[in-house]
Amino acid sequence: MFRKVIAITALAAAVTLTVQPVAHAGKANDELVWSTNREATIADPYYNNTRELVIIGNSVWDGLLFRNLETGEFVPLLAKSYKWIDNVTIDFELRNDVKFHDGSSFGPEDVVYTVKHVSNKDNGVLTFKNVSWMKDAEKTGANTVRIHLHKPFPAALAYFAQAVFMMPDGHYTSAKANAEGKKNYGAVKPIGTGPYKITSVVPGESIKMVKNDGYMKNGPKGQPSIGKLTFRTLKEMNTQIAELLTGGVDMIWDVPKDQAVKLKDSGRATVTNAKTMRISYIAFDVDGGSGNPAFKNKKVREAVAHAINRKSIVENLVGPASVVIDSACHPDQFGCTQDVKKWDYDPAKAKALLKEAGYEKGITTDIYAYRQREFTEAVIGDLANVGIQANMKFMQYRALRDLVWKGTPPIHHMTWGSNSIPDVSAITSHFFSGGRDDPAKDPKVAAALKIADTSVDPEVRKAKYKEALEIISSELYWLPMFTYAKYYAYGNEVDFTPTPDEIPRFYTAKWK
Amino acid sequence: MLIYAVKRLSVAILVALTVSLLTFSMIYLSGDPAMALAGEAATQADIENIRRVYGYDQPIYVQYFDWLGNALKGNLGQSHYLNSPVSEVIFTRLPVTMILGASALSFGLLLAIPLGVLAAMRPNTLIDRFALGLAVIGQALPSFWFALIMIFFFGVALRWLPITGSDSWLNFVMPSIALGYYITPAVMRLTRAGMIEVLSSDYIRTARAKGLRPSIVLFKHALRNAIIPVVSLAAVQFGFMLGGSIVIETIFAINGLGQLAWESILRADLPMMQAIVLVLSCFYIILTLVADILNAFLDPRIRVS
Repeated sequence: MFRKVIAITALAAAVTLTVQPVAHAGKANDELVWSTNREATIADPYYNNTRELVIIGNSVWDGLLFRNLETGEFVPLLAKSYKWIDNVTIDFELRNDVKFHDGSSFGPEDVVYTVKHVSNKDNGVLTFKNVSWMKDAEKTGANTVRIHLHKPFPAALAYFAQAVFMMPDGHYTSAKANAEGKKNYGAVKPIGTGPYKITSVVPGESIKMVKNDGYMKNGPKGQPSIGKLTFRTLKEMNTQIAELLTGGVDMIWDVPKDQAVKLKDSGRATVTNAKTMRISYIAFDVDGGSGNPAFKNKKVREAVAHAINRKSIVENLVGPASVVIDSACHPDQFGCTQDVKKWDYDPAKAKALLKEAGYEKGITTDIYAYRQREFTEAVIGDLANVGIQANMKFMQYRALRDLVWKGTPPIHHMTWGSNSIPDVSAITSHFFSGGRDDPAKDPKVAAALKIADTSVDPEVRKAKYKEALEIISSELYWLPMFTYAKYYAYGNEVDFTPTPDEIPRFYTAKWK
Repeated sequence: MLIYAVKRLSVAILVALTVSLLTFSMIYLSGDPAMALAGEAATQADIENIRRVYGYDQPIYVQYFDWLGNALKGNLGQSHYLNSPVSEVIFTRLPVTMILGASALSFGLLLAIPLGVLAAMRPNTLIDRFALGLAVIGQALPSFWFALIMIFFFGVALRWLPITGSDSWLNFVMPSIALGYYITPAVMRLTRAGMIEVLSSDYIRTARAKGLRPSIVLFKHALRNAIIPVVSLAAVQFGFMLGGSIVIETIFAINGLGQLAWESILRADLPMMQAIVLVLSCFYIILTLVADILNAFLDPRIRVS
């Protein structure tokens, strides 16, 4: 009996040993495999608003403009040139040497079609605010097009560069309708003009792309170098690391700091900490709607601001590319100034302020959060040191945002990525223009933002944003905390530079 | 027998409907699906537009009964996240989960039943202690930790087995062991207890007195009776493996039903969640019926009653 068992075990081991798993990624196969924990289910940047599709969108499609990350300038991409005609009209002259992945030529008809389709509310573009500012488009010549805006929108250039990708004329007309008669626009075969073209989409598993050999010459994106690009969903970070170490994937991100340090020390991967456009902030219930009146009192908000050691969180938890911020925006965004009231770390002062506010015995409150529990735990620890007992309520974003709109949280620890749009209107104006996300509804702030959002004079915009940001900071409607930073880990044979806006440009990657 | 089966089926359908109603309500309680679809950076206007365009502006009960009406007509709806019919997605993902569930169950049974029999044959000996020890470890070991340890040894250090995917049978080795080991303790203990009881019964003594070979006594007479509760347990465990393999599918990046269920919960994909619950409920119903039939086959007394 035992002999049989041993024989069977040996046979199984022999079979296992003889079949070596094949690593698919890497230089040898000219295939860069990049993995995150999110599913890329729909390969269309208008009908999938995950970060992964923003990144794939930049590799597969092009916008009319391109943001030069080094200078911050917007330069033509699919366009040859552009010109503001007035505050609500912009003309583009288009390149005439661009082809879509299916071989058809790019022209003004494609721009007109794309703008008309995406700006139509009924077509269900998911992040409608990215396109809702466009009113219409018209062909004005063989290679020219005019785009009309609903109202002055100076951030339009940023959106033309990062959010408005051009689709071929009639692209969505082939969408099939479902049983309810609604068209599945996201299920249309993806066709773009970008440096990579999509060859297969397996929802929940992978998106495969190959280099577009016919990509435009002398464009600001340059020419792609790596032959194949694959996105894979691997939900578990330990699995991602295991695959990176065994050559199954070439790049991962969002690696926790402790694991990133170990990976770096092992020398088996290149590890980089890079900036992102996301910031962390704490918002207060300034009108007492939560039922906890403590944070109506500005002294209590000041006590919180002095109690939290933001520098320590940045240094010990987030990473070297993160910085402490004082203003309700990301320092890289147009119009963002850090020249506002600063709240330094001073626990003694925090205790004194609590006493002045009549809370010498301390405060008990709930603190709501949804992302990076450890960051909020650090905040809770700092608050406890000055006598503020904060109980964590950790939940999914959609549940928390619903509660924020209802005014339930006395304090909530949140983040905002601005869709990587490098303009203050994508964050400060979103939160302080009087809508449901606005914790203060301060008319002075809203008035300043309204002017800043609609003026085409950069200096006026800067001045008005500064005015708004100063009020937000001095009144402590928010306590801005820090910018987020991300740990990237990639194979040693990959020549890649992470970008500060959390949109890796894979078309610039090379093999060493 | 037919009336009994119809009654059981009716109850099972009611259970499935109740579960689906509860799922529907709970997903709504956990947050607004339109907000989830619109994404983190959406404005209030974006969310309102999504609610209108994608039909989330209807009252919850209207949405539920719409779904139910369509489901009865065979239309399980449309996933707004995948832009595909729900039934199409589920039947694409189901085979992988079925393979994983079946291989994990096979591994669990192949390990647990022989161990249970051996332990019962030699109670309170070293073999018995070893089997019980294995069962205790199986109960105490979190499956995700066990999976990660296997990945480290067999995937990273030795590179014998692929870590992720479902391209070949090799991809299923580690997930099947991680998932199947979980059921080993219960099956082993049940087999051992059943065998000890059966082996001390009169008819086994009689069989031995008749001079039958020990293997015939053990496998033909004893195991057949001792295994009846194991069949019921295995059926339930198989259902659990189909629906509860979320952790294992996630760790090994197996694109199956478990991972789909988890993603659907996170993104509040109502039609998908509803359909998955319905499909898994149906599996439980079928598996329970199959277990009953198998038990009746193994034990003629059940057939007669």
